[in-house]
Amino acid sequence: MNRTLAVLTENKPGVLTHIAGLISRRSFNIESIAASYTEEPDMTRITIDVTVEDDVQLEQIINQLSKLIYVIKIVNLTDEDSITRELALIKVVADKHNRSELRNVVEIFRAKIIDVNRETVVIELTGHERKIDAFCEVLRDFGIIEIVRTGKIALSRGPLAAKDM
Amino acid sequence: MKMLGSEAIIECLKREGVDLIFGYPGGAVLTLYDAIHKLQLPHILTRHEQGAVHAADGYARATGKTGVCFATSGPGGTNLVTGIANAYMDSVPIVAITGQVSVDLIGKDSFQEADICGITTPITKHNYLVKKPEELTRVLKEAFYIASTGRPGPVVVDVSKDVFNAVIDFEYPEEISLRGYSPVFAGEEESIDQLVEVMKKAKKPLIFVGGGVVLSDTSNELRKLTELTGFPVTTSIMGLGTIPSDDPNCLGMLGMHGTYVANMGAVDCDFLLGIGVRFDDRVTGLVKKFASNAYIAHMDIDKAEVNKNVLVDLKVVGDLKWSLPLLLDKIEKSNPEKYRENVKEWMTQIKEWQQEVPLPQTYPTTDEGILPEKIITEVSNITGGDATLVTDVGQHQMWAAQYSKFIKPRSFFTSGGLGAMGYGLPAAMGAKFGIPQEQVILFTGDGSIMMNCQELSTIADNDLPLKIIVLNNEVLGMVHQWQRMFYGGRYIHSTTKGKTDLVKLAEAMGVTAFRIEKEEELVAGLRKALIEIKGPVLVDIVIPQTANVLPMVPPGSRLDQMILGGKD
Ligand SMILES: Cc1ncc(C[n+]2csc(CCOP(=O)(O)OP(=O)(O)O)c2C)c(N)n1
Repeated sequence: MNRTLAVLTENKPGVLTHIAGLISRRSFNIESIAASYTEEPDMTRITIDVTVEDDVQLEQIINQLSKLIYVIKIVNLTDEDSITRELALIKVVADKHNRSELRNVVEIFRAKIIDVNRETVVIELTGHERKIDAFCEVLRDFGIIEIVRTGKIALSRGPLAAKDM
Repeated sequence: MKMLGSEAIIECLKREGVDLIFGYPGGAVLTLYDAIHKLQLPHILTRHEQGAVHAADGYARATGKTGVCFATSGPGGTNLVTGIANAYMDSVPIVAITGQVSVDLIGKDSFQEADICGITTPITKHNYLVKKPEELTRVLKEAFYIASTGRPGPVVVDVSKDVFNAVIDFEYPEEISLRGYSPVFAGEEESIDQLVEVMKKAKKPLIFVGGGVVLSDTSNELRKLTELTGFPVTTSIMGLGTIPSDDPNCLGMLGMHGTYVANMGAVDCDFLLGIGVRFDDRVTGLVKKFASNAYIAHMDIDKAEVNKNVLVDLKVVGDLKWSLPLLLDKIEKSNPEKYRENVKEWMTQIKEWQQEVPLPQTYPTTDEGILPEKIITEVSNITGGDATLVTDVGQHQMWAAQYSKFIKPRSFFTSGGLGAMGYGLPAAMGAKFGIPQEQVILFTGDGSIMMNCQELSTIADNDLPLKIIVLNNEVLGMVHQWQRMFYGGRYIHSTTKGKTDLVKLAEAMGVTAFRIEKEEELVAGLRKALIEIKGPVLVDIVIPQTANVLPMVPPGSRLDQMILGGKD
C-alpha cells in the first residue's frame, strides 16, 4: 500500500544525505521524494511517498526517520483529508500533421502547451499522479521525447499546518 | 575571549568534562594538536586510528562518560570507520573529531580528502561538517549532548582545517536548541499499569535484559524486580553483569550460544519482558518462532526498536530510569507474593532444565591444550568477578560470556552488535585508562589480537597494567567451528599456524609475556599474570583446536533446536 508522509526538517546542509542514507540503509521502498522551502525560512518540507506492506512497516519507517536529529516532525497525510499533486513536463513530437490532434488531447486533460517549435512541443500538466500516468500513455502515440516529473507533493485540507498537527 | 578555533575545541572539551583523548595526528589537525599542548589536555597517542576509536569506546563503557578521539583528514578519518560502526551498534557515546581539508579544497579530490560525513552517515547518531568558525562551539555542545543523551551513540564532528586556524570570540553556549531532538525520558504511565496487569497473570514468565540496563544504570532496579516477582532473568551478551551469575533467578545468556535453560525458557514462556534489548537475530534464532506463545512486552528508550524485529503486544517507551522504578512501585503495591506463587511450577521446570543440561558443555578433545572453559573459570576464581572483562570476537568471546562469573554491571565489554575482531585490545586499553584502579582483563584469540596488535606498544609505553589472555588455538576458531559443523570439515583459509610467536611479539613491543602449555601450570601462571606481575602482561595459552562453543543454535533454527554436545 502507498502512504504519503510530510517530513518537516531543519533547513541544514546534509539533511537530504541523512534522509537518503537512512532510506537506502533500511531498504525502505520509496516511490517519490520531493523537497522544498516552506513558510518558515529554516524549515524544509519533504514529501515522501512510500510503499509498505502493513502498518507495522509504516510505523518503523516513521520512527526511524523521526530519529534523525534534523527531522522535526512527520505527519502521515494519508490519514488526513489531503490534496496531492504532481507536475510533469513532457516533450512530444509534433509536426503540422498531428499538431491539432495533440491540441485536442491536451485540452481534454487540461494540460498546457508551454513551448512550441517546428518539430516538438513541451506540455505541462499538474495533477494527481494517475492522471499524469494516463496522459503520458495517450501521448505515447505521438512520440514522447522526454519526461520530467516533480514527484508527489501533498497538503492537508483542514485549517492546520502540518507542523501544528 | 579571543582564541584560535583549535583552542576553542579544547576549551569546549574541558567544559564537557573530558579528561582524556585518544588520537593520532596528521596534517589537517596539527593546529589542534598544538592546542592540546598549549591548553594541557591529556592525550594518548595510539598506534592506529582504529585503536584510538576503540579505546574511546572502551573508556566510555568503563566510565559512563563520553569517549573522545581525534584523527586527521582522509585516511585518519577512514581508519575510524569500524570503530564508529561498532559504537553505533552497541550504543556507546563517542565524539570523534576529525580534521578536514580547508574549505577551498573541499570537493576537489584534494590530498587526504575524504567525505567523512558522507561515509559515516549510516553509522552515526549524527554528524557535522564545520566550515564556519562561528558554528564551532555550538556544534560541539550539540555533539556531546546528542552522543550522551537518550539512546547514546557516536557523533562525528568533521572540522575544516581553516576553522582550527580562525580566531574566534569564545563563548560556550549555555542552551541547546534542536527542534528535532528531544530525548524521551518519561513515557505513558498507563503502559506500565497494563504491564503490571499482565505480569500478575503470568505463569511462565521470562525477563530478557540487554545493554539498555547497563547504559541506564538500572541494574539495581532489575535485581529488585526479579527479587520481588521471582521471575527468572536471561540476558543478551550486552546485558551480562546486570544480574549476578549466582542469583538463583539468573539463567545466563540467551541465543545462539545461550544456555540450555534460557533457550528452552524463551521458547516455552507465556510472558516475555524485554528490557533495553533490540532482539538481535543472534538472540532470537528463527524470529517467527521466538517466544511465539508468549505475550511480549518491550521496555526501551528508543521507540524505533519496538516492533522492529519482533512484534510485541505491549510497548513501554521511555527511559528505564523512569519506567523501572515506576514498575517496581506499582508491583510493590499490588501484593507481590502472588507473583512468586504463580511461577512456582515454572521455576521447578526451570530448575529441571538447568540440571538436565548445565554448563560446562565443552567435551574433552583429543588435541593438546587446556580446555577454554577451565581458563575462564580459573580467571573468575582469582578475581571473584571483581574485574572488568573485555573480549575480542570469536569462540573465546563466547566462552568468556558463558563461563565468567559476573557480580556487577559495566564489567563485560565486547563488540556485541558489529562483532568486530580487533576491538578487544584497544578497547581494553581505553577501559584501563578510564578505571585505573580496577583490574581489566582482555580475553582474545590469536586471530583477533593481530588485528590491532600495534596497540601493545601504546600499552607498554604507558606502563598500563592491562592483563591480556590469548586463547591460542592456532586457528580462526569460530570460523573453524562453522566449517567443521556446516562445511564438511573443509578448513579453508582458517588457520593461523605459522611463524608468528605472540610471546616474542609482545616482548618486542615492551609487554611482559609468557606461554602456558600444560594444565598444571595454569593456575600458577594466571596468578603470576594477574597478581604478581604489576605491569602489562600477555599470557599465550595453548588450547585445543577442535573445541566447540556449545550449546549452539544453528543459524535459522528455533532456539530449542540446539546442538548440545558430543564429539563432531
Ligand atoms: C573484522 C572481522 N573480520 C572477520 C570476522 C569473522 N570472524 C568471526 S570470528 C573469527 C575468528 C576469530 O579468531 P580468533 O580471534 O583466533 O578467535 P577464536 O574464535 O579462535 O577464539 C572470524 C574470522 C570478524 N568477526 N571480524
